[in-house]
Amino acid sequence: MSSVASNSDRRAFLARLVKTGLLATATGIAGFKLYDGIGPSPSSADQTALILPQYAIHDPSKLERQKRLAVVHGSDRKQTLNRGLTALGGIEAFVKKGERVLIKVNAAFASPPALSATTHPDLVTELVRFCLKAGAAEVRVADNPINDPATCFELTGIGPAARSAGARVMLPRATSFQPVSVSEGRLIKNWPVFVEPLKGVDKVIGVAPVKDHHRSGASLSMKNWYGLLGGRRNIFHQEIHDTIFELALMIRPTLMILDGTTTMMTNGPTGGSLADLKQTDTMILGTDPVAVDTYGAGLLEKSIDTLPFIAKAEAAGLGTTDLDVIDPVVQHLG
Amino acid sequence: MRIRTIRRISQIFFVILFFWFCMVSSLGRQWWQLRGWPVNFFLELDPLAGLGMALTTGTIYKGMAWGLATLGMTFFLGRVFCGWVCPFGAIHHFLGYIARIKQPAPEKVRRNRYHPAQKIKYWILMVLLGTIVFDLSRRLMGLPPGRMLSSLQIGLLDPMPLLYRSINLIVLPLVDGSGQWFSTAPRWYEAGFSIGLVFIPALLLNFKTPRFFCRYVCPLGALLGILSRWPLFRIYKSDAACKTCPSCERHCEGACQPADQLRLSECVVCLNCREDCREGSIRYGLKTSAAGEIVAPDIQRREIIVTMVSGVAGMAALGLEGRQGPNWPTHRVRPPGSLSESEFLSRCLRCGQCMRICPTNVIQPSVLTAGWEAIWTPVLNFRAGTSGCQHTCIACGHVCPTAAIRPLTRDERTGQNRFIEQGPLRIGTAFLNRGRCLPWAMNTPCIVCQENCPVSPKAIFTRVVFNPVKLERSLTVASADKKELVIDDAALPPGRYASGDYYCQVDGQSPKQIVRQTEQIISISVAHAFDPTPQLGDDVQLLIRLQQPFVTAERCIGCGICEHECPVSGQRAIRVTAENESREARHGFLLS
Repeated sequence: MSSVASNSDRRAFLARLVKTGLLATATGIAGFKLYDGIGPSPSSADQTALILPQYAIHDPSKLERQKRLAVVHGSDRKQTLNRGLTALGGIEAFVKKGERVLIKVNAAFASPPALSATTHPDLVTELVRFCLKAGAAEVRVADNPINDPATCFELTGIGPAARSAGARVMLPRATSFQPVSVSEGRLIKNWPVFVEPLKGVDKVIGVAPVKDHHRSGASLSMKNWYGLLGGRRNIFHQEIHDTIFELALMIRPTLMILDGTTTMMTNGPTGGSLADLKQTDTMILGTDPVAVDTYGAGLLEKSIDTLPFIAKAEAAGLGTTDLDVIDPVVQHLG
Repeated sequence: MRIRTIRRISQIFFVILFFWFCMVSSLGRQWWQLRGWPVNFFLELDPLAGLGMALTTGTIYKGMAWGLATLGMTFFLGRVFCGWVCPFGAIHHFLGYIARIKQPAPEKVRRNRYHPAQKIKYWILMVLLGTIVFDLSRRLMGLPPGRMLSSLQIGLLDPMPLLYRSINLIVLPLVDGSGQWFSTAPRWYEAGFSIGLVFIPALLLNFKTPRFFCRYVCPLGALLGILSRWPLFRIYKSDAACKTCPSCERHCEGACQPADQLRLSECVVCLNCREDCREGSIRYGLKTSAAGEIVAPDIQRREIIVTMVSGVAGMAALGLEGRQGPNWPTHRVRPPGSLSESEFLSRCLRCGQCMRICPTNVIQPSVLTAGWEAIWTPVLNFRAGTSGCQHTCIACGHVCPTAAIRPLTRDERTGQNRFIEQGPLRIGTAFLNRGRCLPWAMNTPCIVCQENCPVSPKAIFTRVVFNPVKLERSLTVASADKKELVIDDAALPPGRYASGDYYCQVDGQSPKQIVRQTEQIISISVAHAFDPTPQLGDDVQLLIRLQQPFVTAERCIGCGICEHECPVSGQRAIRVTAENESREARHGFLLS
């Protein structure tokens, strides 16, 4: 064994020294950069919540009387809808050329249209047709149902009706939700909401059937927005009236259509039997959600005293329960 | 065209066809969704499943008769199914091929040499048949099911159910990720890991030995091996004095030693030997090999006896656990239309088709929920999936290849028209846990379960109670009029009791709904004013109005939508278990 290292040995040694040195330095730097002397905080940082924009075309309290509410009696949904829209100044009063429209239906349950637990497909077809006729660039139909979404849209007939009329049906997916807060709200804070269909939309129209609801008393136009909530939204039943009221704050729709052609009087909101239904032959259209729901409560033969969410919405200035003030346009079809 | 090319085309065709059937097994209106595609075709072609069912039920159900075609093909042509049709075989074939590309020829030959351990697949077959023999003997002796366990264990390792369940329940959901193509919501499968524990090693072992699964494990291959004892057509060596260069064994898929005495039971008729023989002395035809043949698998009578007895003994031991008798698992809720447990297990192949098709993903492969004898059979887990079991849906029974879940009509499921007498089909009963239920245990309104109950009239009803609200100290009236109370020296949280659910009660009057409330003032609904007006010093009771749920068992169908929707998100406050299921009269608990 030689005591003097040869040149090539020295070069190899130096090369090794450089590599080892670089590796040690890199490890040191990485360790320094990644070092965490505090540990994790108890909860992850909040995502910034969205505040949804307003879709109402007018402040309801300043609206001309005859444009606030139309009530049309008749059994043919297409006719009553048509007449109601005309009474409010036609679809053109709500949807302008080139606008994108979201129609928020109630497709909560996998049940056929005859059971009236969901928005009637005829109404969807006709409304989509009107919007497109008014020149809408795109019409979307969406809901986040309780039962399996794909099945609900098929069985209720809403999916096929919307598609064949030329609308885009949007089913909720995991990526469709974003946290939303209601600015003056107490309950809906940072809660996942089905916002994907609202992206880029100019006008929002709610279409809901009139139904008995065991917990809140009635499922009407304001309750319809519950269908935009995601997550384990059932906890909102613990304060259902304030929740419905906050939903009415969260979304100020362009137009509400409340279908009381057939009213689910009992066993709501699922129904399930024709015996739960009553023919009430009424179509309610309006821009004032409080007025619309006040009229809807009448179809259910309920006093608005038993529906605190209506008084809460009225107190917050979302509309009025005073039918004299509302002075609806009432029409009868033969 | 060379015969090898034709075989490859055939294999590729059947693999694509198989994946196509997996893909289209989803509900919807698109042409690439379930629209009468024969999605069970490969299960039906599987004669082992057919034989198993013929033994356990004494019948060949509908499409399972296709297995006879496979048998016929095997009688005449040998294990053509394994080499040309079986998609699982083709996948192994392909992986083995990739693994060997760079290997030198002697190494390829070495890996394709016959190994005595190939007999293990016959043992596996015999154990599985032993489990059936047990059930068969019960039926032949005319004993009722229950004390002795009935089940068809074939599906554990039968390649067709294995592949269906692995692709449908693991591979597709993984590929689909967040549910972009095959479903709207991501799919969950409880037994995913244990299914993968069989499937993934089966694939990886091809890198050790080509077609490892086919050679050592596959019970279907074993059955066809036994039955290809007298094939009309077989591989044969025309020249006994050929140089026995091992060229013909370079790509031998079955490890059936074509260079030597051909082992007929191992040959999968890949015909690679015929292609690879430089002398042209290996052929496929009516003659027998000039070097001689070994027609039967390499197993002794005592091996058959030992393995079959193991199967019998295993079933006997499982029977002691009593899961088809008094010890039936309460969470074993089967899909609607499932036969009684012993009949069900005599048919279920664990192929997972019902779990794939279920629109709500509520049907899950059991890990141990239904017991050792029922691993990967379908049970309902109401916490998984997008909803409970939708009460008008009959998809699972219509896709089930063996009628372990009967194809129901919607009328039968919901108890309408012809079935009005027997009422709707029940798969279990909802039980309320009052210790976890918000209105019962927490003084908090809820009744989500009642609202979501889909039957009419509802199987959940509520009773209204007014429960006192726990306060720091009692409230007394300072001053009052008909609709307003001023509370003496109070500091109530403003608005806290004005949600619409709170009431106040003074001096024996009925509870009055609170509509507004500040620190000291409580206002009630005008329509229900105090009468008489409360007096200074009257006690004020704050009440919360609760609707407490009850289950009407005779109306409950066990759909579990209540359990799915219950806001107590861990162990739900209302849960469905299998009591009162229609399929087992013994599980009833109601007199009428």
